[in-house]
Order: sequence, then structure tokens, then C-alpha cells
Amino acid sequence: MFIPHTDKERQEMLKTIGKDSIKALFTDIPESKRFPVFDLPKGISEMDAYKQMSMLADANNSCEEMISFLGAGAYHHYIPAAVDLLLQRGEFFTAYTPYQPEISQGTLQAIFEFQSLIANLTGMEVSNASHYDGATAAAETCITAYYHFRKKRGNIILSPFIHPHYLETIKTYLQAIVEIEVRIPNISKPADFLESTRQLVDENTALVMVQYPDFLGNILDYSELSSFTHENGSLFAAIVYPIALGMLKSPAKMGADFIVGEGQSLGLPLNFGGPYLGFFTTRKIFIRKISGRIVGETKDEDGKRGYVLTLTAREQHIRRGKATSNICTNQGLNALAVSIYLSLLGKQGLNEVAKQCFHKAHYAASQIEKIKGFTVLNEHPFFNEFVIQCPSNVKKIQSNLLKRGILAGYNLESDFSSRKNQLLIATTEQLTREDIDFFVESLREATNV
Amino acid sequence: MSEPTIYELSSEGRFGIKYPDLDVPETKLPDDFLREDVPLPELSELDVIRHFTNLSSLNYSIDKGFYPLGSCTMKYNPRINEVTARFQGFTNTHPFQPIDTIQGNLAVMYFLQELLQEITGFGAATLQPAAGAHGEFVGGLIISAYHKFRNDNHRTKILIPDSAHGTNPATSNMSGLDIVTIPTDNRGNIDLNTLTEVCNESTAGLMLTNPNTLGLFEENVLEIIDIVHTAGGLVYGDGANLNALLGIVKPGELGFDIMHINLHKTFATPHGGGGPGSGPVVVANYLADFLPEPIVGIVEDGNDEIPPLYGFINPKNSIGRMKTFHGHFGIIVRALTYILMQGKDGLREVSDHAVLNANYLMVLLKDHYTLPFDRTCMHEFVLEGVWKDVHGVHALDVAKRLMDYGFHPPTNYFPLNVNEALMIEPTETENKQTLDHFVDAMIAIAKEAHETPELLTTAPHNTPIKRLDEVKAAKDLVLCCWFPDKI
Repeated sequence: MFIPHTDKERQEMLKTIGKDSIKALFTDIPESKRFPVFDLPKGISEMDAYKQMSMLADANNSCEEMISFLGAGAYHHYIPAAVDLLLQRGEFFTAYTPYQPEISQGTLQAIFEFQSLIANLTGMEVSNASHYDGATAAAETCITAYYHFRKKRGNIILSPFIHPHYLETIKTYLQAIVEIEVRIPNISKPADFLESTRQLVDENTALVMVQYPDFLGNILDYSELSSFTHENGSLFAAIVYPIALGMLKSPAKMGADFIVGEGQSLGLPLNFGGPYLGFFTTRKIFIRKISGRIVGETKDEDGKRGYVLTLTAREQHIRRGKATSNICTNQGLNALAVSIYLSLLGKQGLNEVAKQCFHKAHYAASQIEKIKGFTVLNEHPFFNEFVIQCPSNVKKIQSNLLKRGILAGYNLESDFSSRKNQLLIATTEQLTREDIDFFVESLREATNV
Repeated sequence: MSEPTIYELSSEGRFGIKYPDLDVPETKLPDDFLREDVPLPELSELDVIRHFTNLSSLNYSIDKGFYPLGSCTMKYNPRINEVTARFQGFTNTHPFQPIDTIQGNLAVMYFLQELLQEITGFGAATLQPAAGAHGEFVGGLIISAYHKFRNDNHRTKILIPDSAHGTNPATSNMSGLDIVTIPTDNRGNIDLNTLTEVCNESTAGLMLTNPNTLGLFEENVLEIIDIVHTAGGLVYGDGANLNALLGIVKPGELGFDIMHINLHKTFATPHGGGGPGSGPVVVANYLADFLPEPIVGIVEDGNDEIPPLYGFINPKNSIGRMKTFHGHFGIIVRALTYILMQGKDGLREVSDHAVLNANYLMVLLKDHYTLPFDRTCMHEFVLEGVWKDVHGVHALDVAKRLMDYGFHPPTNYFPLNVNEALMIEPTETENKQTLDHFVDAMIAIAKEAHETPELLTTAPHNTPIKRLDEVKAAKDLVLCCWFPDKI
């Protein structure tokens, strides 16, 4: 199938090598362990593989068949047809990391444009070529801040309103650096984070990090928090939802030193959680300290404009044991998807998507508030996600709505034990008024017993 | 003429997609938070299609030609994988859907975990790591966590051969381990004497790539693992070179404790111009409790009529979560499709022919290039890209000249323990004619190096662009194209 050798060719090749069989090529392997029992199924045809995988896919209920109000870090936005069709060009997806720039200008320029689009969208000076996802980009931000202060500042303060998976990932990443202490204040109101940061901050604080909008959907102005953090000589980072930046001002305006986030919403399918893309932006003064690949513009011998991987001395293949990150393969093709998506939507399109998300969330919230026993809990402006307090058992409500083909948001109790019967509801431009009305009606009926 | 950037192509007021009109009442926008302008380019759909199609044509790719990039396993990426990975039932599932709505996805993950365990001879697996280096990080953290769990707190030294990938020492640094470098002996193996000397009660473990980056199988692998185990350390296997071992030997049976697997190498998922990859980690049974959370398991047994219920399980001494959600699911679907099609015999044939192709090239090239370790190789081998009787020509020049002959160059300047290395990995999917053409080109280049060296030092000559000024790139640091004025 994928091995082209004929018997005749195999014999010719073995003769050239001077061996009488392929088996004879493996004599360096301890005999007792050589050619083990290999208990695997027999290979199948492409046609049967198609059928088997198709059956597995059909065993799911997808968001196409249901009406989804699930967000919590992954969003069901529309992806223009051109995005995936361009990604399927073999010239892109069957290429390796662009180590040989003369024959990789397509990938290199696409990454350069990704960096440009992301830097412009976040309002930051520089972007790298990507991280695995938003959570690992956030974790690498903490590590960057720690090394920026030459390991002298080990305290990192995180808002508890950052996505719980991000908080867990950051803790996993930092567990081996014994000098680092992660502080997450135990507060229930987002506005209290400024005050708790004032209490927690000290001369060892390297970084303060927030999410914008936060995990519960709130939009807060972090200017004061950022100024305070800087007065303390510490760095300030924000995790952002990039669709929101289609209408909201960026935390760059609030003084952020790092803006990172999850790029899935910019042209990548939900895909059960991956592969997505982490974007990472910062100010130019930190460029030599950050991890990940970076593409820079230059010229060739004839003066023609071209692009290369640059500042590679930071990276593992050069710096080895002194590198602060081991990242190598990242999310190249997904960065390309984001570039295509943002190019297609452009200035007007992204603004339109952002506004539709916003208006649909607020329409849904206003309708839900009209149902007896339901309250919208957000005390701040929100973007496309908000928290509702339900009057009865949330799991029952969810399973009741699922029977009607509705994914009724994210149960917050799984991460916050005090948030009983609270749902995090997300909207995107894909939901119609009819969908929202049906959801509201279903909530009413599910609790009106 | 170079392709303009997406910002240079922009024209004010143009757009590439239209959305339906808003069908709900508008709410007042939060004025304090609104941005003045969204600085994105403005193009039509055709502008975008042409731009990225033009860019794609500047790339070399497996689909265009031979890509013998050592250590990267640039094998053919079967198209059916692209089809199955795009089934709506997979692509449109949200990671937080209730588990009874995602049994298909969980079955995919469970099957792949089981298959990878059988292929490699380990007892448990996680599919969460996003790439090989991410899997290595899991390995490093498990090594640290295991010793800490046993209150064996002085085990902080990790042993790494001098031929290792750069990710190994970088990972060790992130995992809080101190690196001890082990030299290579004159047969291309780990130097056993040094290994024996440095192994003691401070040894946390060894990171071993086998076959190593010289493409050679560690002849003393059983002794090596025994020495480290006797000293109380764990042995981590860098699975970057697993393509040589399918059905040939199971690393778990050799005594490795942990290993990562690059689905984007061995299991034919595409490299995508630098990812996304996927780096599952397999471990011996006794380390299963340390795996990152969550892993997929059977939460309710099935019977003849009802399939089992799959769900997520959190290992009890888990090192924690490595990223959001459940790993690179789209890549996992591709790898499963590939493994199902190959099956038992197909996978064995993969390694048989990967090794056959490499040895064939090595034998035909070793009279023309220095082969520092003249042994039967596995799936790849390393030559020197310099000649004693030629001055001023380097491995880099050989690499660039190969582009003129229509080939992607081998990996160069790696591994570090070979002078001017050219690391060649043909993979099993290349046919004899392609290999013969490559040999002809390499021999012609060796001849040119002696007779007309300037052909090499000024190469490449017929690529879209010539050699680029990397010093200028690092000095000027032009890293973005800017939209005029407002940010």
C-alpha cells in the first residue's frame, strides 16, 4: 500500500548491501528480544478503514446535530470553506519545520504573517510562531517571567478566574522549579483580585496573570492592576479570547507585558479539544527571553526579500540544557489556518463576529433572566459568556436539555465547589434567535415541574 | 518577484466573507472597553486563495519529492487519514460534551492507547502530550515525581548521551534534573565505562534514544538498562526513532520504563510545516499512577450486546495536566486510521523497509563520503559532509547543492558528535528509483566538490530565493508587517 518495493527490487537492494535477507539487518538487536510476539489486528483496506472510522465518528453526537451553548475555552465559530481547503494543499501540510529557508518560503512567510496578524490584533510588538495551546502558552509565560528576573523572583500570582485547565497546566509546568511558588487567592468576586494582589505581591513577585474576558465571561479593566504590578517591578500578563479583540480594546492598552491565548476560535474546528494553537505576544524588549520559534524578515544574496527562523540561539537545538523551554514541533499548520481565517474575515468580518457573539449572549441572558428562578450572576460587563444560577439540580437540567439536542453550557461546580447549580453559557455567531428561544423555552420547561 | 504580504495586498473596504444579518435585538456595547479599530487586512476571498496558493508553491514538501531529513521520518502521509480526521462526528465535538455523547471519540483514544502499548511493550499510555518534546517533559516529570514519591530526594542527575536531541537536555532542565553527558564510544554506542562510573545513588535516570541519532542500535542496550536500574535510576526512551523498531523489538521488553512516541513521525501523521504533532507517552505498569490526568479508560464494562462505557480516569499520583482538554485528538484519529490499515504485518514491513532503504543508501554512498561508524545501520545513518582534500566546502554547501538537484537536504550539523554531519533518513515509502536518483545526485555533488567547489558554495541556484542573510534577520529583528498607523 505505502511500501513500493517489488520482490525483484528487494533482492537487488539486499545484494547491493551484501545481505541475504532483511532479517539479517537486525543482528545488533539482542536475540532474545528480537522479533517479539506482536499481537495486533490484521491490516485492513482503505475502504474498511473509512467504514470503521466512520462508525466511530457516528457514535458521537456532534455540535452540528445539536444546539451548543458550551464554551469554556473552546468555541463553535463558523469556519469559512476556504480555510480548510487551503490547509489541504500538500505543499503546506507535508512540509517539515522550515529549517531550509530557500525551499520553505511559503511556510516562513505564512508564519511571518501569522506573527503580524496576532501582533496587530493584540496590539503587542512581537509574536512567536505558536505554542501547543492557550494553557501551555500561559505556562511558558510564567517560565519566561521567572528567567527574566534571573531566577531571583519566584512568586507568580494567578487570578482564580483563569480557566481551570490553564491553572492546572501552569502548576504542572512549574512543579519541578522548586524556587517557584504559585499564589492563587481564594476569592469569589473578580473585582477583589486587585486587592488580593496588593496583599500577595512582594519583592519576589515575577508575574501577575489574569484572563480577559475571564473564565466567567467578565470584562474588567486591568489598568490599575497592571500599574500596581509594574510599580512593584513585576510583570503583567493577560490571557485573551482573540474573537473578543474584534471589538474590545486589548489589554495592551492596560499595559500588559505579555498577551497570550487560545487560537482555536480563529478558524480551527472544535476537534474534541485539539489540536489547537497557543499564541504568545510580548514587547520587543523581551524578545531574546521568550520561547518558541520566531520568523524574521531579511534579504537573500540578490537583495530579494525573504524570511528565516531567527534568534534560534534561544532554542533547545542550540542551547540544549540551558534552554528554558524544550518546545520544538509546535502548531505550524494551525497557525496557517489562523492566518487564512483572519485574512478572510479582515477588519470588518472579525468585528462583525465579535458583535454578533456579544449581542446574542446578551439576548440569551436577558431572556433567561425572565424565567422564574434563574439569575444572571455577572456583575461586570460580559462578552459572549455568562453565568446563570439555576433554580434546581443542574445535572438534571443538562440531561433534560440534551434530550432535546441542546448542550446547555458548562457546569461550574466541577471546578468551583461553591458554585452549585451554576452554568456557564456561551454563544457564537452560529446560534440563531430561534436556537436561543428554543434553549430558553427548554430551560423554562425543564425547571417548571 | 516575491509574493507581497497579506497587509500589502489589503484594500480598504474589501471583505472576504459575509455573515447573516444579526437576528436578535442589539444591546448597548460596553463603551469603555471598545477598541477604535481592528487592524486587520482587507481582502476578497480570491485575494486570499491566490496569496496562500502562491505561498504554497514556494515550499518543498513530501508531495513534491524526496525528503531524507534525518530524525524527522518524512514518510508519505496517506490521504485517507485526512478524510477520516475530517469526519463531522469528530471535528464538531466539544471537549466538554457529556461522555455519553462522545463514546466514539473515547473509543478512538482507548484503541490507540491499547495499540501503542502493544506495539511498544508497555503497560499504560497517555495521549495528552502535544508533541515529542511535550511527551519528553511528561517523562522528565514522571522520573522526578517517582523518586520524590519514594522519598528518594537525592536523585537529581539525569544521564544524557552526547548524541542526544537538544530537547533531551532542555526537557531535563524544565524537569528540575541536572544533566550529566555521556560520551559515545568508537562503535557509536554509549560509552559503558563512563556510564558505570557515573551511575550512583544520585542517578535519577538515563534518557536514551535507541536507535541513537547515529542511526545505530545500542549494541549493549540490555547492559546499559541494567546498570541504570541497578543504580536505582529509570530509563527513558526517546521514541523519535521508533520507525526502525515496529515488530522488530519492543522497547518495553528491553527494560525501558517510559517512552514517548511521535505520531507525526512513525505513524504517518503530517508534519504540517512544523506541527501540530502528537507525543503520546507509554510507561511500565508500575508508573501508570503518575501519568498526566486524565487518561481514557473503561468506566463500565460491556458485554456481548452492549459496548463498554468509556470515560476519563485520573491516575492517583498524577503529575497533573499537561494542557487543556484531551490531547491532539485530530492527530490521534489519523494515527489510528494508519495503524488499523497497516495492521500487524504492515507495521513490521514499515520497519523492515525503512531499514532496508537506509542501508542501501549507506552502502552506495560510503565510498564517496566519510562514514564515521561503519556498521549496519537502522532507519538512518550519518555521513560527514566534508572531504580532507577539499577546502572551504561544508556540509551546509552539500545540503544547499542538493536543492538544485531537486531534493530536500538531509539534516545537517546534527548529531553534534559527528563532524559536519549529514543525517539521512529515507523512510520506507521511497522506491528504489528515487533512492538511485538521490545516490546519483550525492555522488555528482561529491565530484563537484573536488572539481568545481564554487557550484556548492554558491548553491542553491534554482530555488525561489537564494541563501538568506541570517545575521541581518537577527540584527534588524523585523518580525511583523504592520498595518499603517493605528494599533
